[in-house]
Amino acid sequence: MSRQGYQGVAVAVPVTVPYVRYSIRSAHWFIAKALRALLERAGLQKAQVDGACISGFLLFPDTAVGLMQHLGLSPRWLDHIPMGGASGVVALRRAARAVQSGDAEIVACIAGDTNHVDSFRHTIASFSQFARDAVYPYGSGGPNASFAFLTDYFMRTRGAEREDFGKLCVAQRHNALSFPHALFKKPLSIEEYLGARPIAEPLHLFDCVMPCAGAEGFLVMSEERVRALDLPFARVLATIERHNAFPDDPIQIRGGWALERDSLWNQAGLAPQDMDLVELYDDYPVITAMQLEDLGFCAPGEVVQLIRENTFTTEGSLPLNTSGGQLSVGQAGAAGGYLGLVECLRQLTGQALGARVAGARRGLASGFGMINYDRGLCAGAVVLEAGGQ
Amino acid sequence: MTDPIRRPKRKNPVVRTRLPVLPPWPRSRIALGLTAGAAEGRFVLQVCAECGAVQYPPREACHRCLSDRLPWREQSGGGQLISQTLLRHSHDIFFRERVPWRLGMVHLDSGPTVVVHLHGAVGAPPTRVRVGARLDKAGMGVLVGFPDKDVPHMADDRQLREMTCDPKFRKVLITDGKTRVGQALARALVSAGADLVWVGHAEPWKQFPGLAELKELPQVSLVPLDVTDARSVKEAAGEFGVKVDILINNVEVHRTHGITSRYGTDVARAEIEVNYLGLLRLAQEFGPVMRARGADGQSSAVAWVNLLSIFALSNFPPHGTYSASKAAALSLAQCLRAEMRPASLRVINIFPGPIEDEWNQLLPPPKLAPEAVARAVVSALQDGVEDVYPGDIAQEWLARWRESPKVLERELAGH
Repeated sequence: MSRQGYQGVAVAVPVTVPYVRYSIRSAHWFIAKALRALLERAGLQKAQVDGACISGFLLFPDTAVGLMQHLGLSPRWLDHIPMGGASGVVALRRAARAVQSGDAEIVACIAGDTNHVDSFRHTIASFSQFARDAVYPYGSGGPNASFAFLTDYFMRTRGAEREDFGKLCVAQRHNALSFPHALFKKPLSIEEYLGARPIAEPLHLFDCVMPCAGAEGFLVMSEERVRALDLPFARVLATIERHNAFPDDPIQIRGGWALERDSLWNQAGLAPQDMDLVELYDDYPVITAMQLEDLGFCAPGEVVQLIRENTFTTEGSLPLNTSGGQLSVGQAGAAGGYLGLVECLRQLTGQALGARVAGARRGLASGFGMINYDRGLCAGAVVLEAGGQ
Repeated sequence: MTDPIRRPKRKNPVVRTRLPVLPPWPRSRIALGLTAGAAEGRFVLQVCAECGAVQYPPREACHRCLSDRLPWREQSGGGQLISQTLLRHSHDIFFRERVPWRLGMVHLDSGPTVVVHLHGAVGAPPTRVRVGARLDKAGMGVLVGFPDKDVPHMADDRQLREMTCDPKFRKVLITDGKTRVGQALARALVSAGADLVWVGHAEPWKQFPGLAELKELPQVSLVPLDVTDARSVKEAAGEFGVKVDILINNVEVHRTHGITSRYGTDVARAEIEVNYLGLLRLAQEFGPVMRARGADGQSSAVAWVNLLSIFALSNFPPHGTYSASKAAALSLAQCLRAEMRPASLRVINIFPGPIEDEWNQLLPPPKLAPEAVARAVVSALQDGVEDVYPGDIAQEWLARWRESPKVLERELAGH
């Protein structure tokens, strides 16, 4: 049986609550800001939003449920996605089906988190049972250490050099320079990248995402409704998600995308080469490289060559993470899982805040989340197409 | 090979002594099985009783067949180092003070991939390693990746030394030198590289056999110490307590008989006075000052050793009151362990079977030579374990006690 498509579903109103390094506000504050921006930009009343899909690490002890009372919403469809970096893609998948089936008319998808001076340490110290039992007591390096292992292995297995990862980071910083919400505003040279201080070898400073506070959101509704509201929108051509893929791999060298890649491109009726821009989850560059392989932008094992052959800048070849990605914008907790998707939506709907990918019609956004123990468990991706106005 | 550590320089009295902090200690209950094994020096993992799959991290159900019968089984530890990192930044104070810190990912031959503290003598991946379990400074079980084959000075590895209580270049107090065990301990610790060994004797005016020879060792100094006398303990702690890195409490009174075959409470009182209250007095005087030095550099205060008895687990009626005093001491040692833990000091309990001495004269062999007890103490310090049951009798009692304390009690009650 072939998978049902997403005909008639529209994604609209890409919203970013500006990022700050630290905030004394709570995650609730950032999500409220995002909801308000969504309503204002769409010209909607709060009561017209009848579906909500929420993500945020630091909502605890609340979930999406408590947040509804907090924000005075009475949705008839509600979801809480605790999938970190995969939450954007997964939220879109869930919301699209809710709209398609008529369970909800307008779904607000929002991820937001705060960042207090000491909150990141608390988050990683109790991130998961496995992390608390079997990772955090080993040096307490947090994700830096976990990704250092993956990077060390990936470099040896794929023959990647630091310069290859540096190229991705430098290109993203270039892209970020025109993006107003990026926390990193200075250009980055490959010399600065290579000369940066080591954090968890082989990772150095500019390989590591910076935690911050902020929120991202978008609305999902029917194409009919989006036209009535006169909003620019994108269509959902295909989506995938896969969790805990390849559990027998002794260390992560691929993710769930590799299992679902064919399903994605078949559903989209397109190929990787048809993408005008690519927004890949990028808390560390090794994951970007892994996704380029897994999603079919090159043959397995050949990503190094792909990196050396492309510029990844917004105006160059294979435009990648056109807002600068998390590595240059910052990682606002679960909102990091929305950043690429929201930027993709902006580019495809002519609402780019920074440099535009000229004539962009189709884009891919991906998600990757939850280093539960030794690897990221959640993988997802979505292909969007400009829908017009 | 590992670079051998050097004798520490004299402490600079102007520099503040670093306060002890613990590495992260929270664990789920199920994960404590690793700690229970490591406390005895064993590397154990959950192995599914139904399908044989080996689990890590610890789980509530088998990841293959979902069985909840997951007994902890000893592992060979062989595996392949597949990845490594050198951590230069940590979110935790303990590691922040100790970076760079080397970590590895090991694909065990038995299946799972484990994150380990990586010994400095292990080569770059991919390479063979042996994984073992150790207790970290928080007293929690952790995994360590060792070189596949032993290398010289392995114990001197900077990270490993944070998990062991190696006597090398450390200062040791042995509370009683008049027994053969005490004297064997002093010699064994000197051989293990101890810097200085204070040996206590309660009655300095008496000439006990062997003490004069012991005094010939340059590292050894005899000190008056009577654990039944609060003032004596206080004076000893005041004089050199601040320098004691390892305290070995081997002083004991051991008399035979139980309740009805001996009249009155004098003997039992003497046993309690030394075996139980002696420990309490020592802990109250030496405990606080040792706790303050739990992170005092390469040769920090590190361990407290109690010479208990396998009779502490279950009463041996022919030595009934002695057994009771050792059970009391065991209970107090558990309290001491809890109170020493925040200062990252390890409390090591030794549970020997009958030792070859005059008070076990009537017990049948095998009996433990004093030198064997001393070897067990030194290995416990070097491996950093918490509980040691040296000798065949102790091992057999332990196995019987673990299988059924009630059956053992009935067996010990005789006919």
